[in-house]
Amino acid sequence: MAERTLTVASAHGLHARPAALFVKAVTDSGCAVELQKGERKINAASILGVVSLGIEHGDEVVLRVDGDNADTVLDSLAAFLEKDHDA
Amino acid sequence: MSGTDTRDSVMRGVGIGRATTVGPVLRMPEPVADPVDTPSELEPAAEFERATTSLAATAAQLRERGEKAGGTAAEVLDALAMMAEDPALAADVQHRTEDGATAEFAVHAAMATFRDMLVGMGGYLGERAGDLDDVARRAIAHLQGLPAPGVPDSPEPFVLVARDLAPADTATLDLDLVLALVTTDGGPTSHTAILAREKGITAVVGAAEASALRDGDIVLVDAENGTVELDPAQERIDLALQRTQTLEAIRAQSSGPGRLADGHAVPLLANIGSVDSAREAAARGAEGVGLFRTEVLFLGAEKAPSVDDQAATYREVFSHFADQKVVVRVLDAGADKPLAFLTDSGEENPALGRRGLRALAAHEHVLRDQLTALAQATADSEAFVQVMAPMVSTAAEAQYFCDLAHELGIEVAGVMVEVPSCAILADHVAPRVDFMSIGTNDLTQYVFAADRLLGTVANLQNPWHPAVLRLIEQVGAAGREHDVPVGICGEAAADPLLAVVLVGLGATSLSMSSSAIADVRAELALHTLDDARRLAALAVSAESAEAARQAVLDAAPTHP
Repeated sequence: MAERTLTVASAHGLHARPAALFVKAVTDSGCAVELQKGERKINAASILGVVSLGIEHGDEVVLRVDGDNADTVLDSLAAFLEKDHDA
Repeated sequence: MSGTDTRDSVMRGVGIGRATTVGPVLRMPEPVADPVDTPSELEPAAEFERATTSLAATAAQLRERGEKAGGTAAEVLDALAMMAEDPALAADVQHRTEDGATAEFAVHAAMATFRDMLVGMGGYLGERAGDLDDVARRAIAHLQGLPAPGVPDSPEPFVLVARDLAPADTATLDLDLVLALVTTDGGPTSHTAILAREKGITAVVGAAEASALRDGDIVLVDAENGTVELDPAQERIDLALQRTQTLEAIRAQSSGPGRLADGHAVPLLANIGSVDSAREAAARGAEGVGLFRTEVLFLGAEKAPSVDDQAATYREVFSHFADQKVVVRVLDAGADKPLAFLTDSGEENPALGRRGLRALAAHEHVLRDQLTALAQATADSEAFVQVMAPMVSTAAEAQYFCDLAHELGIEVAGVMVEVPSCAILADHVAPRVDFMSIGTNDLTQYVFAADRLLGTVANLQNPWHPAVLRLIEQVGAAGREHDVPVGICGEAAADPLLAVVLVGLGATSLSMSSSAIADVRAELALHTLDDARRLAALAVSAESAEAARQAVLDAAPTHP
């Protein structure tokens, strides 16, 4: 399992469009991905779960990836979250 | 049709516009009722299987719609599809079916949990919470074997038959495919009617018998006569299409300022509510603006915008109408468009409450600021700006408003005539104002004591009614006597034949949705002022709205 703590860069946080794009990337990876903000952990393949975390710009989150190529997948998902998708 | 078909072959409603269209019916499905929590009669696994099948089908439907729509709509619909397929949702649904719920109720309840969570988060996400309801309703309709809610999908053009259209429905309506709109509820001021008028779509509203129409029925929708004919004969179709072509030819030839056949000028102005609609009106050949609804700029504001902010917006609107008239209506808050800083909450009957000028007089600083901003913007512009007050009931109120407007630098100040008392006392109001403008929508609602937004009394909301026309006649006469212009700025002016009658009653200018201007211009050009007065006299002496319209139709000499 690969794990990383990072800061979300999207200006409006992980809402609606960036959330949908993120969940799509997670599902396409075929890995089991967990996203944690504070105490709450959710299945990152769930758009309702991701959205329910209410992640804002600058929030710190933990990303955990389990499966084939976990490290590569973690790199690309982390890069996604560290990019500003509202720009 | 089989001999057992007992449906009426001609259904009547109120026509919007004057075109005629033939096409197949597609019905807007009835809304899906929320499921109740009855215990399941199936095994939990079987219920869960039903739920996942329907959720998957819903996701596929949404994606298919998205692919057709393309662009932003595709992204939004794809996000909705992801919600239907969401693993967290599926887990919640499974949990509920294991506890004995039906698939319908499990989907409904699980989706409601997520919706409430989104609402609790507020902001943008809270606003999108309604999307989840839409997904749930689609899945529940699929579970029950009902058609998906919302505007039906069709690759072929169709006549849409609905109870009434909600603003959300019209947003997803592909207008290129809609040949005509028919509603069973709703009147000439309903949302459907306003949309039809704006977009120039043939429509018949409030045709109750149209509820018997089925998908695939061929109907002829005749807006001119307000009828929907089931299985029309070929000769009827040919005649109707020929008439539509004649109308289009006339419309194509008409351009320039509005005038009667004898050259009598009737300026054709536009009703606008924003900078965008100002642009559109200018592009469609409006000779100015007869009603600039300023409250639209204020909706949602906690407090009135500053004088400078207001003046900047007004300047932008005025810039589109150099050397033309722009009639600005000061804030008309209340009833269906409350404003936090003007409207009293808790009125039992807001349409009869402290709205319009009544609310402004009670908060005079708001009125003073707006008049000041208008005077500033006018000074910097080349438009002929005139300002009027809504909901004026007495001559004293008219005097109050015009005095205040003049004091704050507005040169031309007038009043809207929409409360019957103001029309009845028009001979006392006219000498106190620079112009009058008749708001036919509210005038009709108050004359008949019939809420203009209520479908069940929509049959009374007809500006062709002699009860309304007689009041307009009085206002016209008072205007002539005191040499005060009388404009019309309700939807009545958008009905070409009624527009002729209004001119005959003394209207000196007509203001309408800018999409209606070409038709009205074409119709005016067919009649002299004497014709118009003769037709007006026929309408005023009729017994009902229908009789008035029929009398005018029969007597209009050159009518195609």
